[in-house]
Amino acid sequence: MKMPVAAVALLAASALGSGCKHESRDLRPTEAVSKAGGGVVLSTLFAGGVPGAIAGTLQANQENAYAMNEGKRLFDAYNCSGCHAHGGGGIGPALMDAKWIYGSAPQNVYATIVEGRPNGMPSFRGKLPDFQVAQLVAYVRSMSGLAGGLWAPGRNDSMQVKPGENTVTMQSPVRAEGAPPP
Amino acid sequence: MNDARNDAMNDATNEALAATWSPGRGLGAWLREVRHTEIGKRFVVTAFLFFAAGGVEAILMRLQLSKPNNGMVGPDLYNRLFTTHGSTMMFLFAVPVMQGVGTFIVPLMIGARNLAFPRLSAYSYYVYVVGGLLLYVGFAFRAGPDAGWFAYTPLSGPGFSPGKRMDVWAQMITFTELSALATAVNLVVTIFKHRAPGMSITRMPLTVWAFLVVAFMIIFAMPAVVIASSCLALDRLVGSHFFNHAEGGDHLLWQHMFWFFAHPEVYIIFLPGLGMISAMLPAFTRRRVVGYDVVVLATVTTGFVAFGVWVHHMFAVGLPQLGDSYFTASSLIITIPTGLQIFCWLATLWRAPLRFATPLLFVLGFFVTFVVGGLTGVMLASVPLDLQVHDTMFVVAHLHYVLIGGAVFPLLGAVYYWFPKATGRLLNERAGKVSFWLTLVGFNATFFPLHLLGLHGMPRRMYTYLPGSGWHHLNLFATASAGVLALGILLTFINVIVSHARGLRAQANPWDAESLEWAVPSPPPPYNFAEIPIVGGRAPLWEEPSSRGVVTGLASDRREVLVTTLLDAAPDHRTILAGPSIWPLFAAAVTGVGFIVSMFTPWGLPIAVALGTPVMVGWFWPKGRPTPLHAEQPGSKAA
Amino acid sequence: MIPGSGYALAPAGPQAARLAQVFWGFFAVCVVVYVVVVALLLLGVLRPGAAPLDEAGRLRLVALGGVLTAVALVALLVISIRGGHELNPMRGAKDVLTVHVIGRQWWWELRYPGTAPDQQVVTANELHIPVGRPVLLELESRDVIHSFWVPELHGKRDLVPGHDSTTYLQADRPGVFRGQCAEFCGAQHAQMGILVIAEPESDFQAWLAAERRPAPPVSGLTPDAQRGRELFLRGTCVMCHRVAGTPAGATMGPDLTHLASRRTLAAGSLPNVHEHLRRWVTDAQTVKPGSHMPPTPLGTEDQHSLLAFLEALR
Repeated sequence: MKMPVAAVALLAASALGSGCKHESRDLRPTEAVSKAGGGVVLSTLFAGGVPGAIAGTLQANQENAYAMNEGKRLFDAYNCSGCHAHGGGGIGPALMDAKWIYGSAPQNVYATIVEGRPNGMPSFRGKLPDFQVAQLVAYVRSMSGLAGGLWAPGRNDSMQVKPGENTVTMQSPVRAEGAPPP
Repeated sequence: MNDARNDAMNDATNEALAATWSPGRGLGAWLREVRHTEIGKRFVVTAFLFFAAGGVEAILMRLQLSKPNNGMVGPDLYNRLFTTHGSTMMFLFAVPVMQGVGTFIVPLMIGARNLAFPRLSAYSYYVYVVGGLLLYVGFAFRAGPDAGWFAYTPLSGPGFSPGKRMDVWAQMITFTELSALATAVNLVVTIFKHRAPGMSITRMPLTVWAFLVVAFMIIFAMPAVVIASSCLALDRLVGSHFFNHAEGGDHLLWQHMFWFFAHPEVYIIFLPGLGMISAMLPAFTRRRVVGYDVVVLATVTTGFVAFGVWVHHMFAVGLPQLGDSYFTASSLIITIPTGLQIFCWLATLWRAPLRFATPLLFVLGFFVTFVVGGLTGVMLASVPLDLQVHDTMFVVAHLHYVLIGGAVFPLLGAVYYWFPKATGRLLNERAGKVSFWLTLVGFNATFFPLHLLGLHGMPRRMYTYLPGSGWHHLNLFATASAGVLALGILLTFINVIVSHARGLRAQANPWDAESLEWAVPSPPPPYNFAEIPIVGGRAPLWEEPSSRGVVTGLASDRREVLVTTLLDAAPDHRTILAGPSIWPLFAAAVTGVGFIVSMFTPWGLPIAVALGTPVMVGWFWPKGRPTPLHAEQPGSKAA
Repeated sequence: MIPGSGYALAPAGPQAARLAQVFWGFFAVCVVVYVVVVALLLLGVLRPGAAPLDEAGRLRLVALGGVLTAVALVALLVISIRGGHELNPMRGAKDVLTVHVIGRQWWWELRYPGTAPDQQVVTANELHIPVGRPVLLELESRDVIHSFWVPELHGKRDLVPGHDSTTYLQADRPGVFRGQCAEFCGAQHAQMGILVIAEPESDFQAWLAAERRPAPPVSGLTPDAQRGRELFLRGTCVMCHRVAGTPAGATMGPDLTHLASRRTLAAGSLPNVHEHLRRWVTDAQTVKPGSHMPPTPLGTEDQHSLLAFLEALR
């Protein structure tokens, strides 16, 4: 009789825990959109770094399996693969290597997507909700093993062009030659 | 020989047997337990705890479905609830409880002192517990599986089930199937070689036949799902392409592999129930079951044909019509052996002097409930009909009618029937009868409306439905009735808990039944039979006592048992059974570590081998030269 | 009137009618069998004590029961095979309408290929078919396994990635028929409905012609709707949706060119009226949490304009 009682106690104890942040699924994301409206943005600097409203979202998504999988889906759906292929690059630079022209920290990648970059990276300001940018950031970083680790997406259900992100070994990011400091 | 000296010798023998076969006291002894009675009880108790958990999940689902657009449970939690409910009921309750009943009752029914491989039975239990804990700890950490208990790819694959949720499912499968395989092997060898002398294969109780067939079915079916879940785990973990059609894999491969296992699985759950009915009917009808040969052949036939019907789960996929027609025919044919068994039981009951105790009530409940499920199963066997009701609440109704009607009702009856033998106390009869009626009425009221809902277009696995669907009232009625069903089950649970402490004491044979387990005291001593009986017919306890002999010459200072021949159960040789051992627990721990780590990295398997090698060495370490045996050979003497 | 469900035993087409016949045949046999079994049980249980038959007699009765069971099963097998035979007899018919149905998480993309590429019609979640003509559905899935099921017209057919399949439908009377995805496909499997609208041939052709037209030009819109069009093209909508006649050409989400002509939103989850449209556009996640439509917060004026544009997409 003791074993089942012990099992129930263990279960109750773990149920009181907060649950696993890697496995939680936020099916009702926040509404913030990266500042809708037109106009040319002349600087990538934000006072105080990343806008406070999305800093928490960015961080929460970095180790979350669902978020990274969504990022993978969006990467194809929004045609990032049109320029970046599946990480090998083409028109745009490779994303699965260790070279980060504008820095690999989540807020840097966020800025790249939202602001755009010289020589062809469009600005997606106003076009993508912040939570989706955060998911894309997490996925892009997982392509070179910087995010996710065990929780990064597996292979996708199509022709195999590269192994799944969960088997990629982490590559320490380096600054590309001639690139500005992150 | 005068009686006093006879009694004194018997007492001395019993004391020696008790000393040899007793497990000792304390936590260490509890963890080292290898007695089949104890392990069987643990299986049954643990399985019913999982049954309660699955029932809570079901109640939550029914509450969510009680009204349209209900916000009580969101889609993600609902998906995890129904996946966990299905996985719990199928893998953590239905099969293990049958493992438990088989472990407890089969050695007693065949006149054996324990199963053939005592430590393997302990391992089987521990590995099952690890698997169950894995599922529920996963659930608690929001890593519980959510793609259905059947886990169709690509939804369960790496692209659409991120995280470790489905890896938890795949490994839980591995644990529970290992457990079932271990029990199956144990049962086959025990049934074939450890029967009491004289219990030829055609004198074996029908219950034992049912467990024998089920054990073989487990051996053939379980590997399929272990392979399937391993392929899924590999796809998810290392990026293999078993189920990736773009690289030469196939999503239908999953379906075929899974259903090749899962259809026999439902018969693995259902056939022991039929065996229990054959066990209970004689005591309450005062007759042996009519048509012993028919029932045996029907059981064996069902076991075979069960492997030839799996595609009826895939009729909507669009396989070639000729193949589908074959599976319609086989799914219809499988009705015949079960039908013959039912007719044999009806013939047994026909105008017999019945004693309407709770076990008999559950048997009668089986008839009126299971037959509904069997008939809707016949409907589902037809391709055109199935195309309308496949994957709807109609199937949910069917599966619960056959599983609850066909397995749980006999199981509940068996609980009332064998509880006295297992614990030495009787369950309360009045509470039993009330529980039966609540369960019967509650079950039918909950699940019958689901047939109609399915025909009215309500698919399965929906977390909510629209107000305009017209499904509200039937769903609400089903939810309310589920409360009645839950009450009935709860009453049995309370009956068990209270009667265990305060029930009327039971003698050896409170039901005046005919099979060997009723020859030993209630509860059985650690050595089961003081003297192994010699069996002369199919109803040993109903034959003339003077015609029963006993086996003599077995040592009582070591765990010596008699091994008999397969068909005629003639004495063949003696062997020593293993005693209490900690190695099964360590082996289960190593298995657990190995498979759980392999959810995260392929290194889990080498780690399991590295840790497992010393454990296997410890388990199989030779016990040294046995002390010299007695001069006598095993023989028999008149009682 | 938008039906909330379909009833398999109220067939509106030849396939469903045949399936319903099979059902009633089986139902009749099964009811008889059940009544016989329960009667035997009750008779046997409630009248104890008569002189019992001997074992041989009982076995003869068991054998009789077995034979009767086998006879009943053979009858059912015949009913089943005849019912399922040539269920799609229109394979050689000349006037078959072909529609591509693409199942996606969690909506139905519908393409009418037409005779030439510029005749193609792309729509979502609402399948229009002409009454009395056979319709060939070519089924394909973009992601996971779905199942196309409209109970009043036919049994279901799974959409398995890698195994494109086909099924036929035919409606013998005009009407609106509700279907539902019938294979668990993820978070919003419960809200993946489809409406099949069977209409007379002339109405159907008129609908097709209307679907081929692009959205109204800017000049044809009210100022409010023009402002809404600007919001549509400058905001997040354009990342996923196509509106023919505008620069918006994304195919990730449903085609919205004729959104206002559809009866429901969100794959049959909401009636297509102003308030529901507003709720769906601004906060889809409270209607269908987990669906791929993100929340789009807008001020009241912006909402008004955007909806004016969307409601002009007839």
